[in-house]
Amino acid sequence: MELVQNFPFLTIVFSLTCGVFCAVLKARTAKRLCLCWLTLTTVMSLAVLVYTMRTNGYYVYRMGKWNAPWGNEIRVGILEALMASVFSGVMLLSLLGGMHHIFADCEPEKANLYFTMCSLLMSSLFALIYTNDLFTAYVFVEINTIASCALVMLKSSARTLVATTRYLIMSLLGSGLFLLGIVTLYGITGELLMESIAEKVREIFASGAYSLPLTVIIGLFSVGLAVKSALFPFHSWLPDAHGNATASSSAILSGLVLKGYIIVLIKIFYRVFGLDVIVAKQVSQFLFLFGVCAMIFGSVGAIRERDLKRMLAYSSVAQVGYIYVGIGLHSRLGMVAACVQIIAHAITKPMLFIAAGGFIDVSGGHKSMSALTGAGRRDPLGGVAFTVGALSMIGIPFFAGFVTKLHLTQGALESGAATMTVALAAIAVSTLLNALYYVPVIFNIFSGRESGEYKGLRVRWRADYAFSLVCFIALNIGFGSFSRIVVGVIRRGLELFGM
Amino acid sequence: MPDFLQNLLTNYYETAAVILFGIGFTTLLMHRNLIKKIVGLNFMDSAVYLFLASKGYIAGRLAPIITDGDSDPSKYVNPIPTGLVLTGIVVSVSVTAFLLALTCRLYDRFHTLDIDEITHLARKERD
Repeated sequence: MELVQNFPFLTIVFSLTCGVFCAVLKARTAKRLCLCWLTLTTVMSLAVLVYTMRTNGYYVYRMGKWNAPWGNEIRVGILEALMASVFSGVMLLSLLGGMHHIFADCEPEKANLYFTMCSLLMSSLFALIYTNDLFTAYVFVEINTIASCALVMLKSSARTLVATTRYLIMSLLGSGLFLLGIVTLYGITGELLMESIAEKVREIFASGAYSLPLTVIIGLFSVGLAVKSALFPFHSWLPDAHGNATASSSAILSGLVLKGYIIVLIKIFYRVFGLDVIVAKQVSQFLFLFGVCAMIFGSVGAIRERDLKRMLAYSSVAQVGYIYVGIGLHSRLGMVAACVQIIAHAITKPMLFIAAGGFIDVSGGHKSMSALTGAGRRDPLGGVAFTVGALSMIGIPFFAGFVTKLHLTQGALESGAATMTVALAAIAVSTLLNALYYVPVIFNIFSGRESGEYKGLRVRWRADYAFSLVCFIALNIGFGSFSRIVVGVIRRGLELFGM
Repeated sequence: MPDFLQNLLTNYYETAAVILFGIGFTTLLMHRNLIKKIVGLNFMDSAVYLFLASKGYIAGRLAPIITDGDSDPSKYVNPIPTGLVLTGIVVSVSVTAFLLALTCRLYDRFHTLDIDEITHLARKERD
């Protein structure tokens, strides 16, 4: 066994350890430890990606070298390694970009706990990406929930407390359904490892037994994870939670946490049940329809919003809809589109939130559109970053969002007539709606009619903020311009993923 | 239909678990009082554990602890669900603790446990 094969396991375990250390260190030291560790995990995940690309395969890592029915496993392939690299890179940049907000928003003696929660969150995201065991997935889903709720709550105002409560209650409903799904599936198959369940499910499905329980189980998994990843109509908790938290938290929650649950759902669909069962049970039609609704109603919600961060949060609801539409097409191209969207949104939305944090700084702490007039002039780099992000969200060529729309359209064209019409109409309408709320914001932040109060206010130069935004801009344009390479990697990854 | 009822009666553990889950789920979703919501959450979790534990039990077999050197697996019940229940209990304890801590903070601030009223007050506080 080569050294690099241990990296996925090490990233999970040492992220947990890093969280424990951060809890007892001073805030500044904890910050340094957490940032160093995130840099290292990004490098390690990239190394794993290169390794899996070179061997063009996947490998199963057995914990403690116990064999299948007794041991716990993680499974590492190209797609998993790609997601892990993107996630830990985005986590690092989101933390850097909002660093001064973290120290301003937290109570000073508790700032180190923020980094504890970030490490725990990162560990659970890695585990969700890599794990091959359903119950391990459940445990890390819960760790993810607690850590992300704590990230919302660390800015302790009345509104974040209420938002956290709502978020936590909805999340717990979701995990409850997810757990019941796992337990019922265990009752039928007697297995917890994904491959072993898949074998049993194939047998059961072929014999025609347990038809109703299988449908119920798939429903429990889908609804449970849809609640947690804020698919329409379960999105009511998201705007409050993402709109009121500190800049880094909003960036991490919107960019990464929602995607972690979706990756688990994709795994369950393709590695536990297999495409045949999913198609026969017609679950993907529902996900497709809800995804389409999310694309439209998320954008409508964003148009009605006068508060910049809440607007961005509603836009996340719409963007999650794109992922579900991709999954709901239940074709190879649809899945490629869903994975592209996971990455595209993960590198775009955090940039928008970080830039929004910068605007709020130069507008006396206000979040409403009227106070932000001319903010892009006071904070030019943030203005550029926001414009890039907004253009990407609308789907202008050479930006990340365009790649999603391109592949989603291709996927839609390949599917049946009714699905194609609905999907294409939804993409067209949603693009229009996106433009309807992002373009006015761009005009507004670069408008010369600044209110006297903040006129002439200039942003303080901050190296971490600038570095994070420049990296995000480069990632976005790089992904948009050289999407072929990344899409090629995703295609190869999906082949190994069991499709 | 009698078949269906018969099935419910034979699997009475599972039936009870699902009914309890329903009670917990609706309490967590519908109730406005935060403490009752937390009780609902615990109902829901316990129901799942009952379900899981009953899956692992095989009538007439022993607890899977080897005392007299007899390691024949057909004499013991399935130990895995019990292990899962333990893990699940740990998770639910920490989540409950978090929710209770959150409730304490909310009560200190607003002097009420009614989530709708708290939302209303929080909205007013901003304006």
